[in-house]
Amino acid sequence: MISRVVVRIGTGSRTPFRTAREIWHYRDLFWALGARDLRLRYRQTFLGVAWVVLQPLVAAGIFAFVFGRIARVSTDGQPYLLFSLAALTGWNYFANVLTRASTSLIQNPQLVTRVYFPRLILPIAVVPAVLVDLIVTTIAFVGIALAQGRAPSGNLFALPLAVLLFTVLALGAGFAAAALAVRYRDVQYLLPVAIQMALYASPVAYSAFAVPAEWLAVYYANPLAAPIELMRWSLLGTPAPTFNHLAYSVAAALTLWLTGSWIFRRIERSFADEI
Amino acid sequence: MRSDEIAIRAEGLGKAYTIGRGPRATTLAERLVKAARHSFTPDTGERFWALRDASFEIPVGQAVGIIGRNGAGKSTLLKLLSRITAPSTGWAELHGRVGSLIEVGTGFHPELTGRENVYLNGAILGMRRREVTQRFDEIVAFAGIERFLDTPVKRFSSGMYTRLAFAVAAHLDAEILVVDEVLAVGDQEFQRRCLGKMGEVANAGRTILFVSHSLHAISTLTSRTLVLEGGRIAFDGTTSAGLAFYRALQADGADSVHAYRAPAGRTGVHVAEGRVVTSIADGMHRHGEPFALSFTLDVPEPVSQLCFSVHIHDETDRAVNHFWIYGDGPAFRSATGRFEVRIDVPTYRLAMGRYTVAVWVTDRATHQIFEHLTNLCPFEVTMDGLARADYDWSPDHMVYAEDYTFRVTRI
Repeated sequence: MISRVVVRIGTGSRTPFRTAREIWHYRDLFWALGARDLRLRYRQTFLGVAWVVLQPLVAAGIFAFVFGRIARVSTDGQPYLLFSLAALTGWNYFANVLTRASTSLIQNPQLVTRVYFPRLILPIAVVPAVLVDLIVTTIAFVGIALAQGRAPSGNLFALPLAVLLFTVLALGAGFAAAALAVRYRDVQYLLPVAIQMALYASPVAYSAFAVPAEWLAVYYANPLAAPIELMRWSLLGTPAPTFNHLAYSVAAALTLWLTGSWIFRRIERSFADEI
Repeated sequence: MRSDEIAIRAEGLGKAYTIGRGPRATTLAERLVKAARHSFTPDTGERFWALRDASFEIPVGQAVGIIGRNGAGKSTLLKLLSRITAPSTGWAELHGRVGSLIEVGTGFHPELTGRENVYLNGAILGMRRREVTQRFDEIVAFAGIERFLDTPVKRFSSGMYTRLAFAVAAHLDAEILVVDEVLAVGDQEFQRRCLGKMGEVANAGRTILFVSHSLHAISTLTSRTLVLEGGRIAFDGTTSAGLAFYRALQADGADSVHAYRAPAGRTGVHVAEGRVVTSIADGMHRHGEPFALSFTLDVPEPVSQLCFSVHIHDETDRAVNHFWIYGDGPAFRSATGRFEVRIDVPTYRLAMGRYTVAVWVTDRATHQIFEHLTNLCPFEVTMDGLARADYDWSPDHMVYAEDYTFRVTRI
C-alpha cells in the first residue's frame, strides 16, 4: 500500500522547511489566485492597461515639474521625466506588492475561515498581477525612451535582479504587515504613510549624488536605494550602485524575508479566530 | 486496504476562546488602552470552551455523523480537524489527504466565468490543476450548466451557482472528507443527488466526517455518530442509538427553552435573540390565533444583499412553512447595527403538533451563510376548543388546516 500523508494537528511547530514544502505542494493555488487577479484587472482590457501606465506617468510628470523645473535637482545628466519614470517603474512595483500583500488576508476572510491552505500563499500570490503591471510599464518606458532617441542598452540584463530584490523586500515586509493587520487594523492606515515617507527617503525623485557625503552612510541604510539605482542603471545607464551597497541590500532583503515570515508563522495559528 | 487501519485519531482536543472583556481590541490604540486599564487588575477575561476533551478514533472507510444542538461544538471540531484553526489543547493525527467542505463555493468570484471559478475553487480546495482538468467534464455535467460555462457566475441563478459549487466539492479526491452541512443548500432534487454522491464516496472506502442538522441525511449516510453537547462528546456509538440519544436530549430542553440567545462571544452577522410569541403561555399556541416570531439581528458590517428567512419544521423535521424578509426595503440592507425583525401572522393555522424554528441569514450576493440555526424555540399547537371538536384530531393527519365554510344542499 502507498504510504499516506499524515497530517498532525496541535503537535510540533511549523518549521520554515515544512512551510516551504507545503507551499510548493499548493503551487497551483498560487497560480489560480494570480490568474484571478490578472483576469479581474485586465478584463476590461483597454482601461486596465491604460491605468497601469498612466499611474507612474502622472507621478513622473509631477516630479518632473516640481523637482526638474522648480527645484532643478541633479539627474545625472538625464532628461528629468525619464530619470524619475525609470525609478518609479520599480518603486511602484515594490509599493504595490507590499500594499496588496498587507491586505491579502483581511480582504479574504472567507478563505481564511473556511478552508485550509498555507496562508503564506495569499501574500505571495499578489506578485503575478503586479509583475505583469511592471512588464507593461517597462515596455511603455522603453517606448517613451525610444521616442526620445534612447535605445535600451545591454544593461537590461540586470533588470530581473532589481525586480527580484524588490520582490523579496516587499514580501518580507508584506508578510509581517499582512499578519499584523489581522490583529491591528491600524496597519492599513500606517502603511501608506510609511511607503510615502520611504519614497522621499529613496533616490526616486532625485539622484543620490544630491545627498551630502557625510549623510551617505545613513542614506544607504535604506535597502531600497541600491535596487532603485540598479533599476535606473539598467534602463537608462545612470551610475550603477556600488557592489557593497548592493550586497548590503541583498542581506537586508533576506533578513527582512526571514523576520517577516517568522512573524507571520507566529500569528498564523490564530488568523481564523481573529480575522 | 485493511479496515482496522486508523484514519483519524484525536486525543483530548479542545478549543477555548476568551470572552467577557467586551469587544475585542482591533486597533493598537484600543489594545494600549486595555493594557493600561488592566495592568493593576487581575485578568477578567473568561475562557469559554467551545470544545473540550474530544478523543476518538475513526478507522479508514468509516462514515461518521456529528450532531448536536447549536453551539455544541460541531463546527469547532470540524474547523480543528480541517486545520482552519489551531487547538488550545490536545492533538490529532489524520492519515491521508484531507478535503474539507465547510461551505460550498468558497472563493467563487462573481466576475469570473463558470469555467474560471471551477479551476479557482478546485485550487482553493487543494486540487491540482491537472486533477480539475481530468474531472472537468464530470463536474460540469453534474452541475448541469454546460451552456453557461463561459458566463460570469454573477449572472447565474442561485440554484445554478449552488450546483456548480457543490459539483466542484463533490469531485474532490481526498481520502478523508470533512463535510459541514453543505447539503443544506439547493432544491430537493439536487439534495437527493448530493446525498447519492456522498453515498458513493462513502462506499468507495473513503473516510467521511459529516456534520448535519438533517437527521435524515445522517441516518442515510453514516453508521456511527458522535453527539456533542456543551462542547463535549456526549455520545459515541451506532447512528441509530445516537439519533435516539439526540432526540432525548432535545426533548429535555424543549420544556424550558422557548427562546434562543446567541452563545457568548458570538461575533459577525448573527441572530442575537429569537423567540416565538404564541397565543397561550409556555410555548403553546391555539390553532387559528395570532402568532408572531421576533428576532434580534446583529449586523456589524454592511451586507447589501442580506437575506433573513425563517422555516417552521414539524416533528419529522420537514419544513412546513417558510417566511422570508423580501424586497430592498428592510433596514438591515442599508445600515449596520442591531435590528428587530418581527413577523406577524394574524391567524396561524398550523395543525396540532410540535414544531421548531430554523433561521437562515445569508448574503445573496456572495452566498455566504452567516447563520443557520435549527431546532430553536420549540412550540406546540393545540386544536382544542375548536368548533370542529367532533373530529378526532391527531398530529399526523395534516400539517395545516384552513378555515372554510360549507354548504350542503339536497338536490
